[in-house]
Amino acid sequence: MTKIEKLAVVRDTYVRYNAAERINHWIVVICSLLLMLSGLAFFHPSFFWLTALFGGGQMARALHPWIGVVLAVAFTFMGVRFFRQNIWTKEDTRWMKHIGDVINHNEDKIPEAGRFNAAQKIVFYVMFWSVISLLLSGLALWHHYFGDMVPIDLQRFAGLVHAVMAAAMIITMIVHVYAAIWNSGSIRAMTRGPVTGGWLWKHHRKYLREEVSGRK
Amino acid sequence: MVTTQSLTIRNRSASTETPPSIRKDLEVAKLLDVSKCIGCKACQSACMAWNDLRPEVSVNTGVYDNPNDLGPAAWTVMRFSEHEENDRLEWLIRKDGCMHCTDPGCLKACPSPGAIVQYANGIVDFVADKCIGCGYCVKGCPFDVPRISKVDNRAYKCSLCSDRVAVGQSPACAKSCPTGAIVFGSKESMIEHAKGRIEDLKSRGYQNAGLYDPEGVGGTHVMYVLQHADRPELYADLPKDPKISPLVSLWKGALKPLSMVGMGMAVLAGIFHFVSRGPNEVTEEDEENARNLPRRDA
Repeated sequence: MTKIEKLAVVRDTYVRYNAAERINHWIVVICSLLLMLSGLAFFHPSFFWLTALFGGGQMARALHPWIGVVLAVAFTFMGVRFFRQNIWTKEDTRWMKHIGDVINHNEDKIPEAGRFNAAQKIVFYVMFWSVISLLLSGLALWHHYFGDMVPIDLQRFAGLVHAVMAAAMIITMIVHVYAAIWNSGSIRAMTRGPVTGGWLWKHHRKYLREEVSGRK
Repeated sequence: MVTTQSLTIRNRSASTETPPSIRKDLEVAKLLDVSKCIGCKACQSACMAWNDLRPEVSVNTGVYDNPNDLGPAAWTVMRFSEHEENDRLEWLIRKDGCMHCTDPGCLKACPSPGAIVQYANGIVDFVADKCIGCGYCVKGCPFDVPRISKVDNRAYKCSLCSDRVAVGQSPACAKSCPTGAIVFGSKESMIEHAKGRIEDLKSRGYQNAGLYDPEGVGGTHVMYVLQHADRPELYADLPKDPKISPLVSLWKGALKPLSMVGMGMAVLAGIFHFVSRGPNEVTEEDEENARNLPRRDA
């Protein structure tokens, strides 16, 4: 009996995100933050002072698109990494119907989630479509290189798309960051890697069952 | 190009506050009479001379337009269009350049505070020192006027010689025009002057002669007298009903406050959720449940 208990305790932490996944995620975070700060500066006059963080308006304007390219590359790797685990299933639709229970901590009523729950998958999809549309519209807006090639109405459309999708991405980022603060243990998973069995029991029970039983 | 302190500012790009606007200035306008233009390009030379501009020497593309297009150092260009009507060839020569709109799309689109200003006299001026080179003014402009320099990454266009106007002089182009095709004065007097010209043109058989002062941009401070005012597109594609693109209006208008509210609501929702529900913490019971799961190796 004692032996089994000991074994269980030893096995009781799980690697939620491995080092490669964590590095990949934080490259995306750094790029997104820099893009948000410089982008907000161009979007609303009240935020123009943020250009000072980049060494002035000209510098912010020159850097923003290049940071965007780095983000697009880093996110491509992340998309490939997490794509399979983010495929939407019927269970996710069921999970979303209990979003009120999620918000109000009624955990016993929420369907069991896999490695990513439905809300996390939605974050993934919003990020996926945001990055693609921001990349394409961003290229059309990159006046220094493409200003002479892109038809003017397409440039105008790109400006609108870029702003709408950036706002959607920022709002999703706020929700994503808050969810990490709210659900204790999540930040450690993305900074150091491990979570406890209890954390997985609470948030990703289906995934935990598969892990301990060896079935995938 | 130059912020002239003797000119009162009416509008300032990317600024939420009202600029100092207590003084009442006379609105000025430049009137370009296409029917009087002989295409000598004295105005182009005068513009270069006064503003110290030296555009790159361009190549002949088979038309008289030289340079072929507006540029960071070519703020005005004569555009030559050949038009045949009633067995007659008409050479329509339009002096292209900034129209100094009352509702300037460039100023609306510009994200850099004070990089574009509109003086109370109606002149729209680029303050190159504050320009960040993003090219948004290009997207805002319904006349395809601003050009970004590849040398210093700043936008340039006709300033209507705001420095000359500030000290009571007419723009360099108007000063140099040998036929009087370019006249400068108060907007009111220019409209009055145009009426006489239009009457004259009509008496000579140009039934559709008229003034080009498009309402879609609130009127302009550079106006044309056109022989065929019903078809401005004959004059090297002068837009018939120019206005700021609705895409730009939405992007630079309603979307700004909407996005700000959206972002603010997301942050507030997080704060209120945290103070009402608190963090979602893993309990010892959860750990126990996890430990008790049937294991592959147990």
